[in-house]
This record gives sequence, structure tokens and C-alpha cells, in this order.
Amino acid sequence: MISDLLKYTSMLVVLVLLQVLLLNNIQFSGYVNPYMYVLFILLLPFETPRYLLLLLGFMIGLLVDVFSNTPGMHASAATFMAFLRPYTISLISSRDSIEVNIPPRLKTMGFGWFMRYTLILVLAHHLFLFFIEVFSMSGFLHTLTRSLLSTVFTVVLIVISQFLIFKE
Amino acid sequence: MRSLLQFLARNSFLFLFLALEVVSMTLIVNYNNFQRVKFLNSSNRISASIYKTTDDFTAYFKLRKENEELANENAKLRTKLQKLQVAEIFGSIDTTRKDTTYQFIPARVINNSTNKQYNYLTIDKGALDGIEPDMGIIGPKGVVGLVTNVTDHYSSGPSLLNKRWRVSAKIKKNAYFGSLSWDGTDYQYAQLNEIPFHVELAKGDTIITSGYSSIFPEGILLGVIDDFNHNSGANFYQIKIKLSSNFKTISNVELVKNKHIKEQEKLEILNNND
Repeated sequence: MISDLLKYTSMLVVLVLLQVLLLNNIQFSGYVNPYMYVLFILLLPFETPRYLLLLLGFMIGLLVDVFSNTPGMHASAATFMAFLRPYTISLISSRDSIEVNIPPRLKTMGFGWFMRYTLILVLAHHLFLFFIEVFSMSGFLHTLTRSLLSTVFTVVLIVISQFLIFKE
Repeated sequence: MRSLLQFLARNSFLFLFLALEVVSMTLIVNYNNFQRVKFLNSSNRISASIYKTTDDFTAYFKLRKENEELANENAKLRTKLQKLQVAEIFGSIDTTRKDTTYQFIPARVINNSTNKQYNYLTIDKGALDGIEPDMGIIGPKGVVGLVTNVTDHYSSGPSLLNKRWRVSAKIKKNAYFGSLSWDGTDYQYAQLNEIPFHVELAKGDTIITSGYSSIFPEGILLGVIDDFNHNSGANFYQIKIKLSSNFKTISNVELVKNKHIKEQEKLEILNNND
């Protein structure tokens, strides 16, 4: 329990720093901004209480906000994503495939499951974030393209990170 | 009453979600109104000192380019100085009317972004160094941004790449003025608005600050005209400006202090009463 707490706290710190110091400076042609910090919400254990999921999502969003001068934007998007997580899991999993004590990882859940899981939630997060950022429906296609391209980039980064770091 | 409590308990997940979203939206909307949540921006102490540390590292990699730019600026200043010295020998400078309205304070940019719709800068000088809100930020190649938040050691504010901020600009060769704004797409280009059709334009015309805004002195470089066109039905040109500053490499800047800003604002308020 304590070691889990330590593990997820350090994961939170590393992902926030990675986001604000490195990834926030990445930009291709004004379109693509990867937001990899959402990986934290994806990797929380299945048995995480749902209210805790929301609070943690809100917290990591707010941390990223503080560093990028965007109060509320990431907080709202990450909370939205945390809200969708339980529904997404029950949508894409068969009843008996979720076992307690197994964390949602690419290794444990298989590539197909993890891909669907990541794609749905990251897309939801990015759409929410980019539309909140422009705060209007004008330039709808521009914003949509930005969200889609950034989603692809973020998902690729997340999958790569699964092969590189979180081997366990 | 009990059924209400039961209803709340059964849907607690949804209600917690809605409550958190309301908090976030409140933050966003307040921010839109420029009423900054003072605590939640990058001039606060913890995040600013983290940025300062990373900047100390990355500054080394930019040194060569920085040196070149500074050397260029030195050269320019030296030529100006020489001209002044020559003029002084011949006694043609009227020293009683020296313009001391603006004072310049050197500083470093320790955080900066170019990839958002609303980009902000953080600077390593604060109230203790004499920085105040509404001071302009200029780099070696022209206008960079504006200070809006100040703490003891740091300050931050929108850069030119911020859709909420416009700069009063004019065309150098004929002094027609308009406002320069950024449309949120490319960090190298901005738009000049409100230039009427009868004005003669050419690609490559220099755009400078107008000096009407009391934030920047007149004649600070903004960019050059890259392209312009004349839409039928519109009253003004659409002018695309190539910005002179490269916002991806900005590091050494100067803050402009207008000593007479209070006086000018007091005077202008009188006009607003009409």
C-alpha cells in the first residue's frame, strides 16, 4: 500500500515535470501539442475509488495549469477524462476480464485492449481541452484537426513509454 | 429530505464531477476577464524557481546565438553614439530637452511558450527591481510582450503571441497607424488591422510601434509586411506581418518603464468622461 502510494506519487511528479519542461515546448506547425501527463489517469489501478479518480485527475490537471498559465483548462479536461474512465473500461471489457490486483497496463491487458482504452480517453481529453482553449465553435475544423493530430501524437508517445519504462 | 440525500449519495460520482467542472470553469472564466487568479500563474514562487533552474541550464546552449545578437546590437549603438559625438562637437544638441520619459531595465526570460492561443512569458526581475504592471518587454529585435503580474522577484505577462493583446503600430514610411494582433496560428506572423485602402503599401515595409499606447516608446521594431490584400466589401486591408523577433529563441530582454505613465493616463481619463 505504502509502496503503491510512493510509486504513483513519483509517477505524478515525473509526468508533470516531463509535460511542463519538455512536451510543452514541442510543436509541429502550430498544430500538434502532445499532452502525455494524462497517462497518469490511465495507469491508476482498476480498484481506485471513483471519487479518488476524479480528485486525482483534477489535481494533475491543475498542476499542469499552474505551470502553463492556463488556470482551469487542463483541470477541467483531466477531470472529464477521469469521469469517463469507469464507463470506458466497462464498455471495452468483457465481464470477467478485469481482475483485481492487476493494473491496467499494455503487458497485462494486451495491445488491442490498451490501444482502445488509450485512444478513447485521450481523444475525449484532447477534444475537451482544445475546445475549452478556443472557447468557441468558430474555427471548428481547425480545432478538430488540432485535437485529432495531437491525439495521435500523444497515443504514440504513451504506447512507446509502455514498451520503454513500465515493464514491471 | 431523506430521499434527497439518498439521491445525492447514489449519484455522488456525477455530482463530484460536476462540482469539479464548475470550479475549473470558474477559473477559466475569471481568467478570460483578465482578473488573474494571482496564485495560479507562473510568476508564483515555486514554479518560477523551477523554471529559473532549467533556464540556467538551457541558457548555455543558446550562448553563441545570444552573443551574436548582442554584438550586433552593440555595433548599432556604437554607430549611433559616434553620430551623437560628432553632433556634440558641433554643439547642435539641445541638452535641455533630453527625452528621459523612458527608462530601460535589462532582464532574462525564464519561461516562454509559442504553441498556445494565449502565450505568456515569465521574467526573472520583479517588484524589488522596480518592475511594475503595464511595463513593456522588448527584445534585441523588437517588441516581445507586456508585464501584467509582478511578485517580489519575478514577473509575467502575455507575449505578442497572445490573442487577447493588441499593440498600437504604424507603418514607418507614412506613419499611418493601426493595431497589430496575433491570430493564434503561426508564431512567425501577425496581422496589422485598421489600415484604410487609400494608403500605399509595399511588401517589406517596416512596421514600428506608434508610441500612442504609453507602454512602448515610438519606433520600436515590430516586423515587416509579408503580404497584403484588399477584400472587396471590407474597409481595411488584410495585412500579414512577418514578426522581427523570433519568439522561439527569446532570452535577453529589456523592460520599458514610462516615468510619465500616470500623468498621461490622468490626462486621457478626462477625455473618457465625455
